[in-house]
Amino acid sequence: MSASAVVSSVGSSSAARAPVYALVGNPNCGKSTLFNALTGLKQKVGNYPGVTVEKKVGTAYSQHGQPMPVIDLPGAYSLAARSPDEAVTRDVLLGRRLDTAAPDRILCIVDASNLERNLYLVHQILDLGRPVILVLNMMDLAAKAGVRIKVERLEKELGIPVIPCEASQGKGLIELKLAMSRPDLPLPRHRWDIPSPIAAAVSELQASLLEYDRKAPLSARAEALLLLTDQDSVRVAGSTPLSARTTDILQSWKVRWEGQGVDWAATLVASRYEAIARLCTGVLDRVAPDDEGPSLSDRIDGVVTHPVWGWLVLGGLMGALFLSIFTLAEYPMTWIDDHVAQLADVVKASMAPGDLRDLITDGAIAGVGGVVIFLPQILILFFFIGLLESTGYMARAAFIMDRLMSRVGLNGKSFIPLLSSYACAIPGIMATRTIEDAKDRLVTILVAPLMSCSARLPVYLLMIAALVPGETIPVGTKVGLMLLMYALGTLAAFGFAWLFKRTLLKGEPPLMIMELPPYRLPRVRDVLLQMVERGGLFLRRAGTIILGISILLWFLSAYPKAPEGATAQAQMAHSFAGQAGHLIEPAIRPLGFDWQIGIGLIASFAAREVFVSTMGVVFNAQSDADDTAPLRQALAAARWPDGAPLFTPLVCLTLMIFYVFAMQCVSTIAVVRRETNSWRWPLFQIAYMTGTAWLVCFAVASIGRLLGY
Amino acid sequence: MSQTIALSQLGLGRQATLHSYPPAGAAFLRLREMGLLPGTRLTLVRTAPLGDPLEIEVRGYRLSLRRADADSILVEPVSPS
Repeated sequence: MSASAVVSSVGSSSAARAPVYALVGNPNCGKSTLFNALTGLKQKVGNYPGVTVEKKVGTAYSQHGQPMPVIDLPGAYSLAARSPDEAVTRDVLLGRRLDTAAPDRILCIVDASNLERNLYLVHQILDLGRPVILVLNMMDLAAKAGVRIKVERLEKELGIPVIPCEASQGKGLIELKLAMSRPDLPLPRHRWDIPSPIAAAVSELQASLLEYDRKAPLSARAEALLLLTDQDSVRVAGSTPLSARTTDILQSWKVRWEGQGVDWAATLVASRYEAIARLCTGVLDRVAPDDEGPSLSDRIDGVVTHPVWGWLVLGGLMGALFLSIFTLAEYPMTWIDDHVAQLADVVKASMAPGDLRDLITDGAIAGVGGVVIFLPQILILFFFIGLLESTGYMARAAFIMDRLMSRVGLNGKSFIPLLSSYACAIPGIMATRTIEDAKDRLVTILVAPLMSCSARLPVYLLMIAALVPGETIPVGTKVGLMLLMYALGTLAAFGFAWLFKRTLLKGEPPLMIMELPPYRLPRVRDVLLQMVERGGLFLRRAGTIILGISILLWFLSAYPKAPEGATAQAQMAHSFAGQAGHLIEPAIRPLGFDWQIGIGLIASFAAREVFVSTMGVVFNAQSDADDTAPLRQALAAARWPDGAPLFTPLVCLTLMIFYVFAMQCVSTIAVVRRETNSWRWPLFQIAYMTGTAWLVCFAVASIGRLLGY
Repeated sequence: MSQTIALSQLGLGRQATLHSYPPAGAAFLRLREMGLLPGTRLTLVRTAPLGDPLEIEVRGYRLSLRRADADSILVEPVSPS
């Protein structure tokens, strides 16, 4: 079946509209680098509605300055989707999504040093009946590996433009843009024989798809072929199910094949690889590689995945990561802190005193500032995660950790997201997108906030200071208590992961396979671009919710007004927040907390560290981050109405434990809402984490009291 | 024809030819799509530090898969030359 006679009508007839390109390719073939090189900074990053898959659209310019829109589709190994990412790629290419029109032309990028496997996806895409340009990326690596590709021969065989290129060096881009600006592109000359046991079924399905499912004539054959291999576990929201007629045909063929012992999916895959092998014998020349012996990647892996050195490298890298997060982030954090305070001062000085001024300074500026202050940490984490991804180390970390993570039912890919959550759960949760399995991904998101993040540190430090009498805290006690808190959170995260995988989200684990790409030098520009995009995404997504909650929390503490001349402390006691503290006191009293601590717990929803400043207001202690001594004394002096001390060592310990478990962070809730696409999971998370916090604290408080503390 | 063994039993650094997947092997379709077909040559490169998962080389690239999955994949070892 040859389509070469048909010339693309897309390019020639649409002079009014530039053709829309879709960029597709396997993971790790340099697709993002090519996309960045083609579109520069003219990119729009968003989400496909209904799924948490990143949608990237950019504009490339032809040699004559004509804009050409390019959609960067998620990396895929096959159109028979196995992950939400691959499903989006499949559905956009087949024109199944309502939010994204089917692209006019397809840019297929392959890793020339790994041609056979990369051509599998290309082979499926050539079925789509659309003009295709094939980009052979990483020609340098292919040459080094002793692979010579006869480009002209390949062009002739496929009937489409084939552009050799090295996207990371910018080589081949001009030729590619020239090909992209061609007004007419030929349709692929795509001849391959569908194996005889299934050929009849494919034509029957194709006819039925045309007639009963109203598929476009060009894509009906591709859809028919896909029906034989696609498990279609991931359906498009709002798509129409297959017509009864087509389903019947498919079912009756499957029954017939099962009777004959024909594995139709395997037959189809094998016949594609046979066609690829025939193609490759004509266009590939294998010569001896430049240097014999193990490749550089192999030598690196000899160390990085070594039974002893492997752990040291992993530990060293993660140690360096956290050290740099905490040291590097300090400068911008201080800078932001100072400037937020300055901005508030400027507004204070330029506006008449009143509620509006307070709303702006104490509500909006202070609240948003409290979240923006974590942005440096979040960005550094995004940068490191991007660096680990683009060098290929991410896959090795998953490879090393897979065995351990499998003990609780997760896989190695959950490791980096969980580890990142020690700094901040937000980048951790956003990094779970690399986990293909939907259940593993959800479980990782659910437990990630249990890892003690850096916003809990000031709370732990304050409580340790209040817990130990005297001016100086023995280092051993401080470190011991800190480690205890981190260990508690970590154990809880893994314990709950195990529990969720056995109950709520159980199911046969799918085949766990992962490509280990060769190590590559990172492209800092790409990594930085990705970091800025993800940071911006977080700010846009969480920004409005954070602003809203900040204003709400300010309102709760500013109203109703206490009588004229009241202190801040008295105002807080009089306010809705104070009343809310009283309201929740019966619930937290069994834990040894009073309504004043309750105010702190409520205020922590803005960010957990706000607890410290709230306690400062509640107990009327002037202190700042550098000097907590006045606050410590104020806490030590705090009393219950009956005169008993409030912050006993037991209460301090219980409060720390409460912070380990409870879900209190609005930014995290907002991100979980976005990443799971429903309110169901963030609400569940609030319930199970805060419920656990209460139960554990109740147990600790009860046992402590029994023991006489 | 030489004897078939489970992929998980293959010695480190040894080559083998893929023989077959389990009969009801729809779960292994992705491995086929990634080029691991009956008759395809593969090499067991190494295992992770804890002995699982395995790293194999196939068609010039590297793939990691779990021992539990490798248990049900049959291969024919290529006798060392």
